[in-house]
Amino acid sequence: MSKELWKGNEAIAEAAIRAGCRYFFGYPITPQNEIPEYMSLHLPEAGGVFLQAESEVAAINMVYGAAGSGARVMTSSSSPGISLKQEGISYLAGAELPCVIVNIMRGGPGLGTIQPAQGDYFQATRGGGNGDYRLIVLAPSTIQEACDHVRDAFDIADRYRNPVMILADGMIGQMMEAVEWQPSESRTLPEKTWATVGTGGTRKPNIINSLFIDPNESERHNAHLNEKYDVMRAEEVRYEATIPDDADVLFVAYGTPARLAKAAIRLLAKEGITGGLFRPISLWPFPEKPLNEAASAASVKAVVTVEMSLGQLVDDVKIAVNGVKPVSLCGKAGGIVPTPREVADAALAALGRK
Amino acid sequence: MASRVTFSQDRCKGCGLCITVCPKHIIFLDKTKTNKRGYHPATVVEMAACIGCANCARMCPDSVIMVERNIEED
Amino acid sequence: MAIVYQKSKGLTDLEMHYCPGCTHGVIHKLVAEALVDLNLLEHTIGVAPVGCSVFAYNYFNCDMHEAAHGRAPAVATGIKRVLPQNTVFTYQGDGDLAAIGTAEIIHAAMRGEHFTTIFVNNAIYGMTGGQMAPTTLVGQKATTAPHGRDRAHYGQPLHMAEIMATIGGAAYSTRVTVVDMPHMMKARTAIRKAFQMQMEGKGFTFVEVLSTCPTNWGMTPVEALGWVKDTMINEFPLGVFKDADSKEGS
Repeated sequence: MSKELWKGNEAIAEAAIRAGCRYFFGYPITPQNEIPEYMSLHLPEAGGVFLQAESEVAAINMVYGAAGSGARVMTSSSSPGISLKQEGISYLAGAELPCVIVNIMRGGPGLGTIQPAQGDYFQATRGGGNGDYRLIVLAPSTIQEACDHVRDAFDIADRYRNPVMILADGMIGQMMEAVEWQPSESRTLPEKTWATVGTGGTRKPNIINSLFIDPNESERHNAHLNEKYDVMRAEEVRYEATIPDDADVLFVAYGTPARLAKAAIRLLAKEGITGGLFRPISLWPFPEKPLNEAASAASVKAVVTVEMSLGQLVDDVKIAVNGVKPVSLCGKAGGIVPTPREVADAALAALGRK
Repeated sequence: MASRVTFSQDRCKGCGLCITVCPKHIIFLDKTKTNKRGYHPATVVEMAACIGCANCARMCPDSVIMVERNIEED
Repeated sequence: MAIVYQKSKGLTDLEMHYCPGCTHGVIHKLVAEALVDLNLLEHTIGVAPVGCSVFAYNYFNCDMHEAAHGRAPAVATGIKRVLPQNTVFTYQGDGDLAAIGTAEIIHAAMRGEHFTTIFVNNAIYGMTGGQMAPTTLVGQKATTAPHGRDRAHYGQPLHMAEIMATIGGAAYSTRVTVVDMPHMMKARTAIRKAFQMQMEGKGFTFVEVLSTCPTNWGMTPVEALGWVKDTMINEFPLGVFKDADSKEGS
């Protein structure tokens, strides 16, 4: 297969269509507008339906309806818009419906800025809506990976009957890179016998629902969800570890900051310091054990978390590292991307060299 | 008997809406009975007067009433 | 003896949780009977709201989808866009439709979504215990308007059937009630017509039904029927406000 040059947002949309997504409900917000724009043109060509909703709230609830009827369905937005979708996301998780949600993150809080940021890490990984629920959260750091994640996300969502979020900073959405379209690994997916498509007079009514008014029933439902989350914890952990045996410092970063960390590692090499990179790809489930093992390597003296937020990823890093090594933060927020020099300097500081 | 009205009295909430639409005024709440829900259920006192119009059944919010009519006598 | 009337097959056998004399049950029956009589039940997906009728998904004998508060029209949009050949309806109360879900219902109508909305207006929040609704009458008492709805503070009730009639994508908008037999027969006809028009692809169809809330109005069920006839209808006139099938009212 040949490589093609694609803009991140458009590639994400194309990847969804290739994955069999046939319904898209969205609302304009920068910097993700190319996703609905691309969908509005190309989804009908694929026999699907694109609909621009009256709000993000409506859009996610259209996703809720379409997912309930068994469709492969997606929505995308950016940070403030994702906040508005939290109600629907909680219902989707509670009612166990599969869908894919793309968040091309911008600076916050509030209206923030349209420049790239990673301030929605907590919202994505801790459950931004009400109740005990989890999303599988995949964080691409290249356009190629964004395409692959979108492709896999639909299958993962169907497998677990759970929403999957693609969490990418605005840089990933807006830049262009070479993409090679990869066929999906064929997974055997469960039949959607639960979907509301009309009984056809052949079965009892299907009910899509997240209400369990009897607390005992509600507890059982929560326990059932948690069992499902345990399977995800066991089977859906993804990460990349590029760690030399003699690494002095271990960077932990996802998305664009992971690329900056690689540049910083090259700078540090010139200064006689060996750096490694641990890149969580699934932010939930977080690769806790592999990170702990990487940080435990004898040569590693310090762990530096690089994030385009002011101390969100670092919480998970501290939980994972669990005190075996000192963990520090190199964070930038509000739409500013750290430079490789700043990242390298953060490592020097962590190593007591500066 | 031309018509018969049957009440699922255990499901009756004693609201009395059926009483308001009976053209023959033959439905009453049976104060001598209390059903498992604690209500006095509706009943027909003079079944022979029933014309089988089914107004009571249509009005009943809880679908507790079934109405039958003897077609031959119609 | 032949059965003249019995519980509709469009309803499950479950006992409804509604208070004694609440006309939600009557409206449920009219919807269920219409779906059965039009032979649509097996291909229907209903969307339940949040409010007193939150458990409607247990009562209608067809596939059901429970929505978040006010979002039923968006959920129904998602369903109908996936299943354009199926029958889809939302069943919503006044808080759900005319307060928190106003944007969703207006825009579903604007797009001319091919589903039917049954809007149950009882001028109060029933499930949460009698708070003021957007349809509460001026002067009507509610637990959050203890001295009655004050026009200067809260304005006047929303007339949803009239509002829907102004929207291009709405094919049918009517207001009916079920408080006596003649009115109920008109409501029955209106609900059937709404489903028929949906299946004929005419557009969005909307049936507002004036309903009772004896518990929160502080009345007996029979007094509540009277209040609808004597008071509520004066604020919310019955009638057809739009009908794409006829020039009249459109």
